[in-house]
Amino acid sequence: MASHSPLQFKDRLFFALVAAGGLVVLMGLYAAHMMEVHGHIITGMNNQIVWGIPHVFAIFMIVAASGVLNVASIGSVFGKAIYKARAPLASLLSIALLAGGLTVLMLDLGRPDRVIVAATHYNPTSVFAWNVLLYTGMFTTVAIYLWTMMEQRMNPWSKPAGFVVFAWRFILTTGTGLIFAFLVARQAYGSALLAPMFIVLSFAWGLAVFHVVQSAIYAWNGKTHTPEIVKRMKNLLGIFIIGALYLVAAYHLTNLYFAHQSGFEHFILVDGGIYPQLFWWGYVVLGNLLPLLLIVYPGLGKTMSVIAASMLVILGGFALLYVFIIGGQAYPLNIFPGYEVTSSFGDGQIGLYQPSLPEFLLGCGGLGIAFLITTVSVRVLNFIPHDKPYIAGQASTD
Amino acid sequence: MSDTDVQRRQFLKTSVGAAAVAIAPGMLLFDMAHGKSEAVSSKVRWGMLIDTANCADGCDDCVKACNKENGLSGGLSPTDSQWMRKVELKDMRSGRTLALPMMCQHCAEPPCVDVCPTGSSFKRADGIVLVDKHICIGCRYCMMACPYKARSFVHEPLHDQKPDVPRGKGTVESCTMCVHRVDQGKQPACAEACPNKSILFGNLNDPESEISKKIRTVASTQIRADLGLNTGIRYQGI
Repeated sequence: MASHSPLQFKDRLFFALVAAGGLVVLMGLYAAHMMEVHGHIITGMNNQIVWGIPHVFAIFMIVAASGVLNVASIGSVFGKAIYKARAPLASLLSIALLAGGLTVLMLDLGRPDRVIVAATHYNPTSVFAWNVLLYTGMFTTVAIYLWTMMEQRMNPWSKPAGFVVFAWRFILTTGTGLIFAFLVARQAYGSALLAPMFIVLSFAWGLAVFHVVQSAIYAWNGKTHTPEIVKRMKNLLGIFIIGALYLVAAYHLTNLYFAHQSGFEHFILVDGGIYPQLFWWGYVVLGNLLPLLLIVYPGLGKTMSVIAASMLVILGGFALLYVFIIGGQAYPLNIFPGYEVTSSFGDGQIGLYQPSLPEFLLGCGGLGIAFLITTVSVRVLNFIPHDKPYIAGQASTD
Repeated sequence: MSDTDVQRRQFLKTSVGAAAVAIAPGMLLFDMAHGKSEAVSSKVRWGMLIDTANCADGCDDCVKACNKENGLSGGLSPTDSQWMRKVELKDMRSGRTLALPMMCQHCAEPPCVDVCPTGSSFKRADGIVLVDKHICIGCRYCMMACPYKARSFVHEPLHDQKPDVPRGKGTVESCTMCVHRVDQGKQPACAEACPNKSILFGNLNDPESEISKKIRTVASTQIRADLGLNTGIRYQGI
């Protein structure tokens, strides 16, 4: 019996995790129900800050859902064996994150009961409407890709399916960037740079999420990380972090160069209260510099520091999105250039936003959905990365 | 004439009378509900010319009239709907001050219509930009896209709505240019309420209309003309 007890413990722990995840999801659904009954008045969102915390969570998950597929693409498109072994898990995470993100986005609608209207009435000029197709296509293509990988008869098709997924997720993240890039009049948005910026951000955030989940699964199954693989993947994370930081810097520098944007940049980077704090401390220092240090500093860069770096990258992602989405709306629209403006509707004023509990619960509910899908799938299907013997030679038991 | 014949005639007369009484109000209501039989046409483009020089400081009669006409609460919190607002401007260099009413600019190329995923934001043939409350899903993308901050989101359940101005919790709304009045041949409530007649409403496509004649003779501007949206609301004296 003694040999069974660790298994029993694992079983119980699994159900406890599922119960905890389920509870978080239920709380999210309850928050959505309250928003449905009372209206958005119970959130911190208003007529100036029209998108809030739910959008920060949703966009993080949708962007990470695309980025996490990088792991799969490096395997299937570029033929790297260690990444190929991780492609099923990456695809699962992509579906889980996308499901979580879209649920949050959908439940935050003013009329979530009408979500089907988005399918029955389609406006071809709307980038939102394009995204409805892109998200649906993403689910389908990734599901087919997973099938080609997990069903042996279909294996020969996994490479072409991988190519389709590779192309699709690029277009999808471009679409996410374009949601903001197409906003002609807002100082914070309306830049073609946003599409590539979101793509590179997705690489870093997706890989960070992958690292954290993979480490949890390894710990769960008593596997240890292969040093060679940790080294490769942490170096990749480092490159992605630098790439993301570069594009964020390019976005702000181009803004700084335009005189008419200097007020906005001053607000976001210097005197905007919480926004510069979150940008510099949350995104730049905690979300980029510290993870880079953890990855490249001699003596560091082992499994634990890579996990810590990944968690910090995720944290930095949330900080950046908060600044980008909410800070971008808080800065007043420049309706009358050259004039000081006042009105009863917040013209010329910095928009105030205090996120409320239901918003956080809804956002966390989305994370809970992603967590539940991942936890249950990893338990019932074989998503654990199995490295090929020539690499596993250096690894522990597999 | 036999007794049966008389009875039959009497019966037919009564039946016809009863049918007429029963159908007439319905026909009348049917007619009223359908309003004018002809569709709106792009031969008309409704617009306004607002003379800021005549817009009196501290006067907000247009805003009040808008709220009353459309059943808005008139509340000023960040979550209250404000279809029309009075904006005070001060030129940062010269210090010149002026005030003007601000609302949906009824663009010919409206960004809200471009971005709306369901096509709920739409522009009528006569240039009036509206929200179809039946298919608005409340995503607020149009509010993000509007350069004029003209739109409001209904944050709370609504009571005592005006029959002519349907609204809905969880949907987006904005100035309708009092489309229900315009379709009856009347002026928007704000134009009618302005004590100084600063808001001139009319057909921009008719060269003989008062608004077209005035736009030909005085300097008028479109707000954020640089965006190239071709607004239906023009301002004089900015």
